Amino acid sequence: MKRDRILMCGNEACGEGAVIAGCRFYAGYPITPQNELTAYMAKRMLELGGTFIQAESELAAINMVFGASVAGARAMTSSSSPGISLKQEGISYIAGCGLPAVIVNVMRGGPGLGNIAPSQADYFQATRGGGHGDYRTIVLAPASVQEVVELTRDAFGLADEYRMPVMVLSDGMLGQMMEPVDLVAANKAEVGKRSVEKPWALTGCKDREPNMIRSLLLKSGALEDWNNELQARYKTIEEKEVRYEALHEDESDLIIIGYGTCGRIAKSCVERARDEGLSVGMIRPITLWPFPKDIVRKAAEKAKAILVVEMSSGQMIEDVQLAIGERCKIEFYGRPGGAVPEEDVIFEKIRTLVSG
Amino acid sequence: MDKVFTRPNSLRDAETHYCAGCGHGIVHRLVAEVIDEMGLRERTIGIAPVGCAVLAYDYWNFDVTEAAHGRTPAVATGIKRVLPDRLVFTYQGDGDLAAIGTAETVHAANRGEDISIIFVNNGVYGMTGGQMAPTTLLEQKTATTPTGRDLKRDGAPLKISEMLAVLDGAVYIERTSVHSPAGVNKTKKAIERSFQTQMDKKGFSMVEIISPCPTYWGLTPRESLKWIEERIFKTYPLGVIKGK
Repeated sequence: MKRDRILMCGNEACGEGAVIAGCRFYAGYPITPQNELTAYMAKRMLELGGTFIQAESELAAINMVFGASVAGARAMTSSSSPGISLKQEGISYIAGCGLPAVIVNVMRGGPGLGNIAPSQADYFQATRGGGHGDYRTIVLAPASVQEVVELTRDAFGLADEYRMPVMVLSDGMLGQMMEPVDLVAANKAEVGKRSVEKPWALTGCKDREPNMIRSLLLKSGALEDWNNELQARYKTIEEKEVRYEALHEDESDLIIIGYGTCGRIAKSCVERARDEGLSVGMIRPITLWPFPKDIVRKAAEKAKAILVVEMSSGQMIEDVQLAIGERCKIEFYGRPGGAVPEEDVIFEKIRTLVSG
Repeated sequence: MDKVFTRPNSLRDAETHYCAGCGHGIVHRLVAEVIDEMGLRERTIGIAPVGCAVLAYDYWNFDVTEAAHGRTPAVATGIKRVLPDRLVFTYQGDGDLAAIGTAETVHAANRGEDISIIFVNNGVYGMTGGQMAPTTLLEQKTATTPTGRDLKRDGAPLKISEMLAVLDGAVYIERTSVHSPAGVNKTKKAIERSFQTQMDKKGFSMVEIISPCPTYWGLTPRESLKWIEERIFKTYPLGVIKGK
Protein backbone atom coordinates (compact mmCIF):
# COMPACT_ATOMS: atom_id res chain seq x y z
CA MET A 1 0.00 0.00 0.00
CA LYS A 2 1.31 3.43 -0.91
CA ARG A 3 1.87 5.54 2.13
CA ASP A 4 0.59 9.10 1.93
CA ARG A 5 1.87 9.96 5.35
CA ILE A 6 5.38 11.25 5.96
CA LEU A 7 7.13 12.27 9.15
CA MET A 8 7.70 16.01 9.51
CA CYS A 9 8.38 18.46 12.29
CA GLY A 10 5.84 21.26 12.75
CA ASN A 11 8.15 23.96 11.39
CA GLU A 12 8.79 22.06 8.15
CA ALA A 13 5.10 21.21 7.89
CA CYS A 14 4.34 24.90 8.14
CA GLY A 15 6.57 25.55 5.14
CA GLU A 16 4.87 22.80 3.16
CA GLY A 17 1.45 24.22 4.00
CA ALA A 18 2.61 27.52 2.51
CA VAL A 19 3.91 25.75 -0.60
CA ILE A 20 0.58 23.96 -1.04
CA ALA A 21 -1.17 27.35 -0.90
CA GLY A 22 1.05 28.61 -3.72
CA CYS A 23 3.39 30.72 -1.60
CA ARG A 24 6.51 31.39 -3.64
CA PHE A 25 7.97 34.23 -1.60
CA TYR A 26 9.50 33.88 1.81
CA ALA A 27 11.73 36.29 3.73
CA GLY A 28 12.96 35.53 7.23
CA TYR A 29 15.65 35.98 9.80
CA PRO A 30 17.14 33.28 12.07
CA ILE A 31 15.67 32.79 15.53
CA THR A 32 15.08 29.70 17.65
CA PRO A 33 12.76 27.73 17.79
CA GLN A 34 11.60 28.37 14.19
CA ASN A 35 14.84 27.82 12.26
CA GLU A 36 13.69 24.59 10.58
CA LEU A 37 11.02 26.62 8.80
CA THR A 38 13.50 29.12 7.39
CA ALA A 39 15.81 26.31 6.24
CA TYR A 40 12.88 24.40 4.73
CA MET A 41 11.74 27.45 2.76
CA ALA A 42 15.30 28.10 1.56
CA LYS A 43 15.33 24.59 0.08
CA ARG A 44 11.76 24.54 -1.25
CA MET A 45 11.84 28.00 -2.85
CA LEU A 46 15.00 26.96 -4.69
CA GLU A 47 13.30 23.77 -5.92
CA LEU A 48 10.17 25.62 -7.00
CA GLY A 49 11.78 28.68 -8.55
CA GLY A 50 10.35 30.93 -5.85
CA THR A 51 12.11 33.59 -3.84
CA PHE A 52 13.84 33.02 -0.53
CA ILE A 53 15.62 35.90 1.16
CA GLN A 54 17.52 35.75 4.42
CA ALA A 55 16.87 39.32 5.43
CA GLU A 56 19.16 41.57 7.45
CA SER A 57 16.53 41.90 10.17
CA GLU A 58 12.95 41.06 11.08
CA LEU A 59 12.04 44.59 10.04
CA ALA A 60 13.47 44.04 6.58
CA ALA A 61 11.86 40.58 6.29
CA ILE A 62 8.33 41.77 7.01
CA ASN A 63 8.81 44.71 4.66
CA MET A 64 10.04 42.43 1.89
CA VAL A 65 6.82 40.50 2.42
CA PHE A 66 4.98 43.83 2.24
CA GLY A 67 6.63 44.50 -1.12
CA ALA A 68 5.93 41.02 -2.48
CA SER A 69 2.30 41.39 -1.45
CA VAL A 70 2.10 44.83 -3.09
CA ALA A 71 3.24 43.10 -6.29
CA GLY A 72 0.46 40.50 -5.92
CA ALA A 73 2.40 37.48 -4.65
CA ARG A 74 1.44 35.11 -1.86
CA ALA A 75 4.15 35.87 0.66
CA MET A 76 5.13 34.67 4.12
CA THR A 77 7.55 35.42 6.90
CA SER A 78 8.10 33.62 10.18
CA SER A 79 9.80 34.21 13.47
CA SER A 80 9.53 33.58 17.17
CA SER A 81 8.34 35.96 19.87
CA PRO A 82 11.16 38.58 20.10
CA GLY A 83 11.33 38.69 16.30
CA ILE A 84 7.57 39.02 16.03
CA SER A 85 7.76 42.13 18.22
CA LEU A 86 10.09 43.62 15.60
CA LYS A 87 7.69 42.67 12.82
CA GLN A 88 4.80 44.50 14.42
CA GLU A 89 5.65 47.75 12.63
CA GLY A 90 5.32 46.02 9.28
CA ILE A 91 2.20 44.11 10.30
CA SER A 92 0.51 47.39 11.17
CA TYR A 93 1.42 48.83 7.74
CA ILE A 94 0.19 45.65 6.02
CA ALA A 95 -3.12 46.01 7.88
CA GLY A 96 -3.20 49.74 7.16
CA CYS A 97 -2.61 49.21 3.44
CA GLY A 98 -5.15 46.38 3.22
CA LEU A 99 -2.59 43.85 2.03
CA PRO A 100 -2.65 40.07 2.42
CA ALA A 101 0.31 38.43 4.17
CA VAL A 102 0.98 35.39 6.33
CA ILE A 103 3.09 35.67 9.47
CA VAL A 104 4.08 32.63 11.54
CA ASN A 105 4.95 32.99 15.21
CA VAL A 106 6.55 29.91 16.77
CA MET A 107 6.19 31.24 20.30
CA ARG A 108 8.91 31.01 22.93
CA GLY A 109 9.14 32.18 26.52
CA GLY A 110 9.25 35.90 27.32
CA PRO A 111 9.30 38.76 28.12
CA GLY A 112 12.52 40.09 26.61
CA LEU A 113 14.86 37.47 25.27
CA GLY A 114 13.11 35.02 27.61
CA ASN A 115 14.10 31.50 26.68
CA ILE A 116 13.67 29.15 23.75
CA ALA A 117 11.07 26.86 25.35
CA PRO A 118 7.46 26.54 24.12
CA SER A 119 5.14 29.30 25.31
CA GLN A 120 1.78 30.93 24.64
CA ALA A 121 2.65 34.30 26.07
CA ASP A 122 2.05 36.23 22.83
CA TYR A 123 -1.73 35.74 22.83
CA PHE A 124 -2.48 39.36 23.64
CA GLN A 125 -0.03 40.60 21.02
CA ALA A 126 -1.45 38.29 18.35
CA THR A 127 -5.16 38.77 19.00
CA ARG A 128 -5.16 42.52 19.70
CA GLY A 129 -3.44 43.58 16.51
CA GLY A 130 0.01 43.78 18.03
CA GLY A 131 1.29 46.97 16.45
CA HIS A 132 -0.03 50.52 16.53
CA GLY A 133 -3.49 51.40 15.30
CA ASP A 134 -6.98 49.98 15.32
CA TYR A 135 -6.66 46.70 13.47
CA ARG A 136 -6.91 42.93 13.78
CA THR A 137 -5.12 39.95 12.37
CA ILE A 138 -6.84 36.61 11.89
CA VAL A 139 -5.03 34.25 14.27
CA LEU A 140 -4.94 30.50 13.57
CA ALA A 141 -3.75 28.16 16.33
CA PRO A 142 -2.83 24.61 15.25
CA ALA A 143 -2.60 21.76 17.77
CA SER A 144 -0.93 19.08 15.64
CA VAL A 145 1.60 18.92 12.84
CA GLN A 146 -1.17 18.00 10.40
CA GLU A 147 -3.10 21.05 11.49
CA VAL A 148 0.01 23.21 11.07
CA VAL A 149 0.02 22.24 7.37
CA GLU A 150 -3.68 22.83 6.90
CA LEU A 151 -3.98 26.09 8.81
CA THR A 152 -0.90 27.58 7.16
CA ARG A 153 -2.41 26.63 3.80
CA ASP A 154 -5.74 28.20 4.75
CA ALA A 155 -4.05 31.33 6.08
CA PHE A 156 -3.19 32.40 2.52
CA GLY A 157 -6.77 32.10 1.30
CA LEU A 158 -8.07 34.07 4.26
CA ALA A 159 -5.40 36.74 3.82
CA ASP A 160 -6.25 37.15 0.14
CA GLU A 161 -9.99 37.10 0.65
CA TYR A 162 -10.01 39.74 3.39
CA ARG A 163 -6.84 41.56 2.32
CA MET A 164 -5.28 41.52 5.76
CA PRO A 165 -2.44 39.92 7.71
CA VAL A 166 -3.11 36.41 9.01
CA MET A 167 -0.99 34.95 11.78
CA VAL A 168 -0.32 31.27 12.37
CA LEU A 169 0.32 31.03 16.10
CA SER A 170 2.42 27.97 16.78
CA ASP A 171 4.81 27.32 19.63
CA GLY A 172 8.19 25.74 20.23
CA MET A 173 6.58 22.38 21.02
CA LEU A 174 4.53 22.20 17.81
CA GLY A 175 7.42 23.54 15.80
CA GLN A 176 9.94 21.00 17.00
CA MET A 177 7.92 17.81 17.42
CA MET A 178 7.57 15.30 14.60
CA GLU A 179 4.32 13.64 13.59
CA PRO A 180 3.05 11.82 10.52
CA VAL A 181 1.52 14.24 8.03
CA ASP A 182 -0.88 13.40 5.23
CA LEU A 183 0.14 15.81 2.49
CA VAL A 184 -2.24 14.25 -0.02
CA ALA A 185 -5.16 15.14 2.21
CA ALA A 186 -3.68 18.59 2.84
CA ASN A 187 -3.42 19.14 -0.90
CA LYS A 188 -7.16 18.77 -1.40
CA ALA A 189 -8.49 22.16 -2.35
CA GLU A 190 -9.60 24.23 0.56
CA VAL A 191 -9.85 27.89 1.33
CA GLY A 192 -6.06 28.21 1.18
CA LYS A 193 -5.80 27.19 -2.45
CA ARG A 194 -8.62 29.38 -3.65
CA SER A 195 -7.15 31.88 -6.05
CA VAL A 196 -8.22 35.47 -5.75
CA GLU A 197 -7.96 38.17 -8.42
CA LYS A 198 -5.79 41.10 -7.35
CA PRO A 199 -6.68 44.06 -9.53
CA TRP A 200 -5.30 46.33 -6.82
CA ALA A 201 -1.73 44.99 -7.07
CA LEU A 202 1.10 47.17 -8.36
CA THR A 203 2.33 45.50 -11.52
CA GLY A 204 2.81 48.55 -13.78
CA CYS A 205 -0.22 50.50 -15.06
CA LYS A 206 -0.49 48.87 -18.49
CA ASP A 207 -4.08 49.15 -19.80
CA ARG A 208 -5.39 50.62 -16.56
CA GLU A 209 -5.19 53.67 -14.33
CA PRO A 210 -2.23 53.70 -11.92
CA ASN A 211 -2.74 51.86 -8.64
CA MET A 212 -1.70 53.29 -5.32
CA ILE A 213 -1.14 51.43 -2.05
CA ARG A 214 -0.58 53.44 1.08
CA SER A 215 -1.70 53.81 4.67
CA LEU A 216 -1.28 57.60 5.01
CA LEU A 217 -4.72 59.19 4.77
CA LEU A 218 -4.47 62.86 5.62
CA LYS A 219 -7.68 64.13 4.06
CA SER A 220 -10.22 65.03 6.71
CA GLY A 221 -12.38 61.99 7.50
CA ALA A 222 -10.53 59.66 5.11
CA LEU A 223 -8.80 57.67 7.84
CA GLU A 224 -11.96 57.33 9.88
CA ASP A 225 -13.78 56.04 6.79
CA TRP A 226 -11.01 53.51 6.13
CA ASN A 227 -11.05 52.37 9.76
CA ASN A 228 -14.80 51.89 9.58
CA GLU A 229 -14.35 49.83 6.43
CA LEU A 230 -11.78 47.67 8.22
CA GLN A 231 -14.14 47.19 11.15
CA ALA A 232 -16.93 46.10 8.78
CA ARG A 233 -14.53 43.55 7.30
CA TYR A 234 -13.66 42.31 10.81
CA LYS A 235 -17.34 41.94 11.63
CA THR A 236 -17.85 39.71 8.59
CA ILE A 237 -14.88 37.61 9.69
CA GLU A 238 -16.33 37.27 13.20
CA GLU A 239 -19.54 35.99 11.64
CA LYS A 240 -18.03 33.66 9.04
CA GLU A 241 -14.59 32.45 9.99
CA VAL A 242 -14.77 31.18 13.58
CA ARG A 243 -13.20 27.74 13.98
CA TYR A 244 -12.93 25.48 17.00
CA GLU A 245 -12.92 21.87 18.09
CA ALA A 246 -15.41 20.88 20.80
CA LEU A 247 -16.05 17.68 22.75
CA HIS A 248 -19.07 17.14 25.05
CA GLU A 249 -19.26 20.92 25.38
CA ASP A 250 -23.08 20.94 25.62
CA GLU A 251 -23.47 18.34 28.33
CA SER A 252 -20.66 18.73 30.85
CA ASP A 253 -20.26 20.19 34.31
CA LEU A 254 -16.70 21.23 33.59
CA ILE A 255 -15.36 22.61 30.30
CA ILE A 256 -11.64 22.84 29.67
CA ILE A 257 -10.61 25.56 27.26
CA GLY A 258 -7.12 25.55 25.77
CA TYR A 259 -5.60 26.21 22.35
CA GLY A 260 -2.61 24.81 20.50
CA THR A 261 -0.39 22.62 22.66
CA CYS A 262 -2.65 23.19 25.69
CA GLY A 263 -5.71 22.21 23.63
CA ARG A 264 -4.00 18.96 22.84
CA ILE A 265 -3.28 18.26 26.50
CA ALA A 266 -6.85 19.24 27.37
CA LYS A 267 -8.18 16.69 24.89
CA SER A 268 -6.19 13.88 26.52
CA CYS A 269 -7.54 14.96 29.90
CA VAL A 270 -11.14 14.94 28.66
CA GLU A 271 -10.80 11.45 27.21
CA ARG A 272 -9.32 10.24 30.49
CA ALA A 273 -11.97 11.97 32.59
CA ARG A 274 -14.77 10.51 30.47
CA ASP A 275 -13.28 7.04 30.96
CA GLU A 276 -13.62 7.63 34.69
CA GLY A 277 -17.21 8.79 34.26
CA LEU A 278 -16.50 12.45 35.01
CA SER A 279 -18.69 15.07 33.34
CA VAL A 280 -15.97 16.95 31.48
CA GLY A 281 -15.94 18.53 28.02
CA MET A 282 -13.65 20.81 26.11
CA ILE A 283 -13.47 23.62 23.60
CA ARG A 284 -10.29 24.20 21.66
CA PRO A 285 -10.35 27.55 19.86
CA ILE A 286 -8.68 27.20 16.45
CA THR A 287 -9.24 30.81 15.49
CA LEU A 288 -8.05 32.89 18.46
CA TRP A 289 -9.29 35.95 16.64
CA PRO A 290 -12.13 35.73 15.84
CA PHE A 291 -12.56 34.03 19.23
CA PRO A 292 -15.26 31.33 19.30
CA LYS A 293 -17.27 33.23 21.87
CA ASP A 294 -20.71 31.86 20.95
CA ILE A 295 -19.85 28.22 21.62
CA VAL A 296 -18.03 29.19 24.81
CA ARG A 297 -21.06 31.19 25.99
CA LYS A 298 -23.37 28.31 25.16
CA ALA A 299 -21.21 25.82 27.04
CA ALA A 300 -21.18 28.13 30.06
CA GLU A 301 -25.00 28.02 30.22
CA LYS A 302 -24.82 24.37 31.18
CA ALA A 303 -21.44 24.05 32.87
CA LYS A 304 -20.75 24.73 36.52
CA ALA A 305 -17.18 25.80 35.81
CA ILE A 306 -14.72 26.46 33.03
CA LEU A 307 -11.04 25.62 33.36
CA VAL A 308 -8.74 27.68 31.14
CA VAL A 309 -5.31 26.17 30.53
CA GLU A 310 -2.53 28.24 28.98
CA MET A 311 1.24 28.35 28.74
CA SER A 312 1.17 31.87 30.14
CA SER A 313 -0.03 33.64 33.26
CA GLY A 314 -3.49 33.94 31.73
CA GLN A 315 -4.27 35.85 28.54
CA MET A 316 -6.96 33.94 26.63
CA ILE A 317 -8.84 33.78 29.94
CA GLU A 318 -9.84 37.41 29.30
CA ASP A 319 -11.61 36.42 26.09
CA VAL A 320 -13.38 33.60 27.94
CA GLN A 321 -14.44 36.08 30.61
CA LEU A 322 -15.73 38.49 27.96
CA ALA A 323 -17.67 35.66 26.29
CA ILE A 324 -19.40 34.23 29.36
CA GLY A 325 -19.84 37.16 31.71
CA GLU A 326 -21.13 35.82 35.05
CA ARG A 327 -22.65 32.63 33.63
CA CYS A 328 -20.29 30.29 35.48
CA LYS A 329 -17.07 30.45 37.42
CA ILE A 330 -13.70 30.40 35.70
CA GLU A 331 -10.69 28.49 36.98
CA PHE A 332 -7.23 28.90 35.56
CA TYR A 333 -4.16 26.77 35.27
CA GLY A 334 -1.14 28.30 33.55
CA ARG A 335 2.59 27.81 33.30
CA PRO A 336 4.50 30.93 32.29
CA GLY A 337 8.14 31.28 31.31
CA GLY A 338 8.37 28.48 28.81
CA ALA A 339 7.00 25.69 31.02
CA VAL A 340 4.54 23.13 29.62
CA PRO A 341 1.58 21.96 31.76
CA GLU A 342 1.62 18.27 32.67
CA GLU A 343 -1.40 16.16 31.85
CA ASP A 344 -1.40 14.54 35.31
CA VAL A 345 -1.45 17.88 37.08
CA ILE A 346 -4.34 19.15 34.95
CA PHE A 347 -6.17 15.89 35.45
CA GLU A 348 -5.91 16.15 39.23
CA LYS A 349 -7.22 19.70 38.99
CA ILE A 350 -10.17 18.44 36.93
CA ARG A 351 -10.94 15.72 39.47
CA THR A 352 -10.90 18.23 42.31
CA LEU A 353 -13.11 20.69 40.44
CA VAL A 354 -15.68 18.11 39.37
CA SER A 355 -15.97 16.38 42.71
CA GLY A 356 -15.64 19.64 44.66
CA MET B 1 4.16 76.69 -33.52
CA ASP B 2 5.87 73.58 -32.19
CA LYS B 3 5.34 72.70 -28.57
CA VAL B 4 8.81 72.41 -27.06
CA PHE B 5 7.99 71.99 -23.39
CA THR B 6 5.17 70.08 -21.75
CA ARG B 7 4.32 68.12 -18.65
CA PRO B 8 5.54 64.51 -18.85
CA ASN B 9 2.82 61.89 -18.97
CA SER B 10 4.35 60.34 -15.83
CA LEU B 11 3.61 63.50 -13.87
CA ARG B 12 0.07 64.32 -12.80
CA ASP B 13 -1.47 67.73 -13.28
CA ALA B 14 -1.37 68.43 -9.54
CA GLU B 15 -0.21 71.22 -7.31
CA THR B 16 2.53 69.96 -4.98
CA HIS B 17 2.73 70.72 -1.28
CA TYR B 18 6.42 71.61 -1.44
CA CYS B 19 7.78 74.91 -0.12
CA ALA B 20 9.09 77.67 -2.37
CA GLY B 21 12.60 76.85 -3.56
CA CYS B 22 12.41 73.16 -2.58
CA GLY B 23 14.20 70.72 -4.88
CA HIS B 24 11.68 67.86 -4.66
CA GLY B 25 9.51 69.23 -7.46
CA ILE B 26 12.46 69.30 -9.85
CA VAL B 27 13.52 65.76 -8.97
CA HIS B 28 9.95 64.45 -9.29
CA ARG B 29 9.81 65.94 -12.75
CA LEU B 30 13.18 64.56 -13.79
CA VAL B 31 12.13 61.05 -12.71
CA ALA B 32 8.91 61.44 -14.71
CA GLU B 33 10.73 62.73 -17.80
CA VAL B 34 13.21 59.86 -17.77
CA ILE B 35 10.46 57.26 -17.35
CA ASP B 36 8.55 58.78 -20.29
CA GLU B 37 11.63 58.93 -22.47
CA MET B 38 12.54 55.33 -21.69
CA GLY B 39 8.95 54.26 -22.38
CA LEU B 40 8.65 52.61 -18.98
CA ARG B 41 5.60 54.30 -17.45
CA GLU B 42 3.42 51.20 -17.70
CA ARG B 43 6.16 48.99 -16.26
CA THR B 44 7.19 51.21 -13.35
CA ILE B 45 6.57 50.78 -9.63
CA GLY B 46 7.76 53.60 -7.41
CA ILE B 47 8.05 53.58 -3.63
CA ALA B 48 7.50 56.78 -1.70
CA PRO B 49 9.30 57.23 1.62
CA VAL B 50 8.27 58.73 4.92
CA GLY B 51 9.38 62.33 4.87
CA CYS B 52 8.58 65.35 2.69
CA ALA B 53 8.13 63.15 -0.39
CA VAL B 54 5.59 60.89 1.30
CA LEU B 55 2.87 62.25 -0.98
CA ALA B 56 4.86 61.57 -4.17
CA TYR B 57 2.15 59.11 -5.23
CA ASP B 58 -0.20 62.08 -5.64
CA TYR B 59 2.17 63.61 -8.18
CA TRP B 60 3.35 60.66 -10.25
CA ASN B 61 1.17 59.06 -12.84
CA PHE B 62 2.23 55.43 -12.49
CA ASP B 63 1.94 52.68 -9.83
CA VAL B 64 3.27 53.89 -6.48
CA THR B 65 3.27 52.52 -2.95
CA GLU B 66 4.58 53.90 0.31
CA ALA B 67 6.91 52.20 2.78
CA ALA B 68 7.35 52.49 6.53
CA HIS B 69 10.11 54.93 7.47
CA GLY B 70 13.43 53.59 6.21
CA ARG B 71 12.10 50.22 5.05
CA THR B 72 11.86 51.47 1.49
CA PRO B 73 14.68 49.33 0.00
CA ALA B 74 13.23 46.21 1.68
CA VAL B 75 9.84 46.92 0.09
CA ALA B 76 11.57 47.52 -3.26
CA THR B 77 13.37 44.19 -2.86
CA GLY B 78 10.08 42.36 -2.35
CA ILE B 79 8.45 43.99 -5.39
CA LYS B 80 11.44 43.52 -7.67
CA ARG B 81 11.92 39.85 -6.80
CA VAL B 82 8.28 39.19 -7.69
CA LEU B 83 8.35 41.34 -10.85
CA PRO B 84 11.95 41.20 -12.09
CA ASP B 85 11.26 42.84 -15.47
CA ARG B 86 9.66 46.01 -14.05
CA LEU B 87 11.38 49.27 -13.19
CA VAL B 88 11.36 49.47 -9.40
CA PHE B 89 12.75 52.56 -7.71
CA THR B 90 12.65 54.10 -4.27
CA TYR B 91 12.60 57.83 -3.63
CA GLN B 92 14.13 58.59 -0.24
CA GLY B 93 15.31 61.45 1.88
CA ASP B 94 18.42 61.55 4.04
CA GLY B 95 16.64 60.57 7.28
CA ASP B 96 14.81 57.70 5.62
CA LEU B 97 17.85 56.37 3.78
CA ALA B 98 20.83 57.18 5.97
CA ALA B 99 19.42 57.11 9.53
CA ILE B 100 16.44 54.89 10.25
CA GLY B 101 16.86 52.86 7.04
CA THR B 102 20.65 52.48 6.98
CA ALA B 103 20.51 48.71 7.40
CA GLU B 104 17.92 48.27 4.63
CA THR B 105 19.96 50.51 2.32
CA VAL B 106 23.28 48.79 2.97
CA HIS B 107 21.90 45.27 2.62
CA ALA B 108 19.85 45.96 -0.51
CA ALA B 109 23.03 47.36 -2.06
CA ASN B 110 25.11 44.45 -0.79
CA ARG B 111 22.70 41.92 -2.27
CA GLY B 112 23.03 43.79 -5.53
CA GLU B 113 19.28 44.16 -5.85
CA ASP B 114 18.30 45.37 -9.32
CA ILE B 115 16.67 48.49 -7.96
CA SER B 116 17.33 52.21 -8.26
CA ILE B 117 17.41 54.60 -5.35
CA ILE B 118 16.74 58.27 -5.89
CA PHE B 119 18.26 59.75 -2.76
CA VAL B 120 17.36 63.38 -2.12
CA ASN B 121 19.89 64.86 0.29
CA ASN B 122 18.87 68.22 1.70
CA GLY B 123 20.58 67.83 5.06
CA VAL B 124 17.52 68.15 7.30
CA TYR B 125 14.29 66.42 8.33
CA GLY B 126 11.79 68.61 6.54
CA MET B 127 8.47 66.91 7.25
CA THR B 128 8.92 66.96 11.03
CA GLY B 129 10.22 70.51 11.33
CA GLY B 130 13.90 70.78 10.41
CA GLN B 131 15.70 68.50 12.82
CA MET B 132 19.29 67.35 12.34
CA ALA B 133 19.70 64.70 9.64
CA PRO B 134 22.63 62.29 9.31
CA THR B 135 23.76 64.55 6.45
CA THR B 136 23.48 67.87 8.28
CA LEU B 137 26.74 69.80 7.92
CA LEU B 138 28.99 70.56 10.87
CA GLU B 139 28.00 73.85 12.52
CA GLN B 140 24.66 73.82 10.67
CA LYS B 141 21.82 74.98 12.92
CA THR B 142 18.69 72.85 13.04
CA ALA B 143 15.77 72.40 15.44
CA THR B 144 17.79 69.80 17.36
CA THR B 145 21.22 71.42 16.96
CA PRO B 146 20.33 74.97 18.04
CA THR B 147 24.00 75.96 18.35
CA GLY B 148 25.04 74.06 15.25
CA ARG B 149 26.03 70.43 14.62
CA ASP B 150 28.95 69.55 16.85
CA LEU B 151 31.42 66.87 15.77
CA LYS B 152 31.98 65.57 19.29
CA ARG B 153 28.33 65.55 20.30
CA ASP B 154 26.52 64.77 17.04
CA GLY B 155 29.10 63.03 14.86
CA ALA B 156 30.13 64.01 11.36
CA PRO B 157 27.90 64.23 8.26
CA LEU B 158 27.37 60.68 7.02
CA LYS B 159 28.75 59.91 3.58
CA ILE B 160 26.44 57.07 2.68
CA SER B 161 27.26 57.10 -1.04
CA GLU B 162 30.94 56.62 -0.32
CA MET B 163 30.04 53.89 2.20
CA LEU B 164 27.93 52.01 -0.34
CA ALA B 165 30.59 52.37 -3.04
CA VAL B 166 32.81 49.79 -1.32
CA LEU B 167 30.13 47.09 -1.71
CA ASP B 168 30.43 44.69 -4.64
CA GLY B 169 26.67 44.68 -5.22
CA ALA B 170 26.54 48.44 -5.84
CA VAL B 171 27.51 49.03 -9.48
CA TYR B 172 26.67 52.68 -10.04
CA ILE B 173 26.55 55.53 -7.53
CA GLU B 174 26.70 59.19 -8.45
CA ARG B 175 26.20 62.41 -6.52
CA THR B 176 24.58 65.26 -8.42
CA SER B 177 22.81 68.48 -7.53
CA VAL B 178 19.76 70.41 -8.70
CA HIS B 179 21.14 73.83 -7.67
CA SER B 180 21.77 74.97 -11.27
CA PRO B 181 20.50 74.27 -14.81
CA ALA B 182 23.68 72.32 -15.56
CA GLY B 183 23.21 70.37 -12.34
CA VAL B 184 19.61 69.57 -13.27
CA ASN B 185 20.75 68.25 -16.66
CA LYS B 186 23.44 66.10 -15.05
CA THR B 187 20.95 64.81 -12.52
CA LYS B 188 18.59 63.75 -15.29
CA LYS B 189 21.39 61.88 -17.05
CA ALA B 190 22.32 60.15 -13.77
CA ILE B 191 18.71 59.04 -13.17
CA GLU B 192 18.58 57.67 -16.69
CA ARG B 193 21.82 55.77 -16.19
CA SER B 194 20.53 54.32 -12.93
CA PHE B 195 17.27 53.14 -14.53
CA GLN B 196 19.16 51.71 -17.50
CA THR B 197 21.56 49.91 -15.13
CA GLN B 198 18.53 48.31 -13.51
CA MET B 199 16.81 47.34 -16.75
CA ASP B 200 20.09 45.77 -17.89
CA LYS B 201 20.03 43.73 -14.64
CA LYS B 202 23.50 44.92 -13.66
CA GLY B 203 22.75 45.44 -9.97
CA PHE B 204 22.14 48.12 -7.40
CA SER B 205 22.45 51.79 -8.26
CA MET B 206 21.80 55.06 -6.49
CA VAL B 207 21.75 58.73 -7.41
CA GLU B 208 22.34 61.07 -4.48
CA ILE B 209 20.87 64.45 -5.33
CA ILE B 210 21.86 67.53 -3.33
CA SER B 211 18.67 69.54 -3.05
CA PRO B 212 17.78 72.86 -1.42
CA CYS B 213 15.54 73.23 1.64
CA PRO B 214 15.28 77.02 2.10
CA THR B 215 12.59 76.68 4.77
CA TYR B 216 14.73 74.74 7.25
CA TRP B 217 18.04 76.20 6.21
CA GLY B 218 16.62 79.61 7.16
CA LEU B 219 17.67 81.02 3.80
CA THR B 220 15.94 82.44 0.74
CA PRO B 221 15.72 80.13 -2.30
CA ARG B 222 18.51 82.11 -3.99
CA GLU B 223 20.75 82.03 -0.89
CA SER B 224 20.12 78.29 -0.65
CA LEU B 225 21.61 77.68 -4.09
CA LYS B 226 24.69 79.67 -3.13
CA TRP B 227 24.94 77.74 0.14
CA ILE B 228 24.94 74.47 -1.77
CA GLU B 229 27.86 75.64 -3.91
CA GLU B 230 29.88 77.24 -1.16
CA ARG B 231 29.21 74.92 1.77
CA ILE B 232 27.64 71.58 0.88
CA PHE B 233 29.98 70.69 -1.99
CA LYS B 234 32.94 70.86 0.43
CA THR B 235 31.51 67.93 2.40
CA TYR B 236 29.61 66.31 -0.46
CA PRO B 237 31.59 66.72 -3.70
CA LEU B 238 29.74 65.90 -6.91
CA GLY B 239 30.64 63.17 -9.36
CA VAL B 240 30.47 59.48 -10.11
CA ILE B 241 31.46 57.64 -6.94
CA LYS B 242 31.11 54.09 -8.26
CA GLY B 243 30.98 52.93 -11.85
CA LYS B 244 33.26 55.51 -13.51
